Amino acid sequence: MNPPDQTLDARGLKCPLPILRARKMLNAMQPGQRLEVLATDSGSVRDFQAFCRATGDVLLEHTAEGAVFRFLLSKAG
Amino acid sequence: MSEAPRGMSMIVTKGTLDWAYPPFVLATTAAAMGYSVSMFFTFYGLPLLLRKLDLQVSPLGNPAMKLPVAGTHLGMPNLLAMLPFADAGATAMMQAMMRKQGVASIEELREAAVESGVRLIGCQMTMDLFGYGVGDMIEGVEVGGAATYIEAAGESRINLFI
Repeated sequence: MNPPDQTLDARGLKCPLPILRARKMLNAMQPGQRLEVLATDSGSVRDFQAFCRATGDVLLEHTAEGAVFRFLLSKAG
Repeated sequence: MSEAPRGMSMIVTKGTLDWAYPPFVLATTAAAMGYSVSMFFTFYGLPLLLRKLDLQVSPLGNPAMKLPVAGTHLGMPNLLAMLPFADAGATAMMQAMMRKQGVASIEELREAAVESGVRLIGCQMTMDLFGYGVGDMIEGVEVGGAATYIEAAGESRINLFI
């Protein structure tokens, strides 16, 4: 898969900052573009799932590498 | 978003450092999730709209407040919590913990709320009562009364009193 269009490093940030920063970056992106988010907040998996259900943005994948969660979002079209 | 716009309203009544978090965390998150959000600041919540914030937390009369100290969690007996500088000490400790843990400051969350279009409404009656004017508040604050809140709440699915 092609690299994401943007990457947000939210490691070390607590709720709700990863979500707020992701929203801000998505606002500046085009529909269908992909945002990669790195986070260490262990609540962020549920939160990004709920966020995407509410906004219509698509959570393409979420993985965990050690203590770091990686999310790949596609902006709603 | 595919559905009709959703709304959230909040009455914010507390202005201590700890209690400032729930309303601003929820307001900014709801706004990020596409909700239109109105926050109504009344009584001790009103100072959260002041240009210069000076938020404090007090261990006095708060037996649930236990901070991590030397590997355990300690509360402060009221007899000590009433001494001068107990509030300042607890506030400094809380702020240091928050910075270390990557928790946003209230200033940062408030700025995010303004940026994302959250309506900040100051209670006119409280402003008159405590002697504040619009000039004391940050840019963009609206002033209104109970009817202003009820109108916003009537259009909202989520209505919170904090």
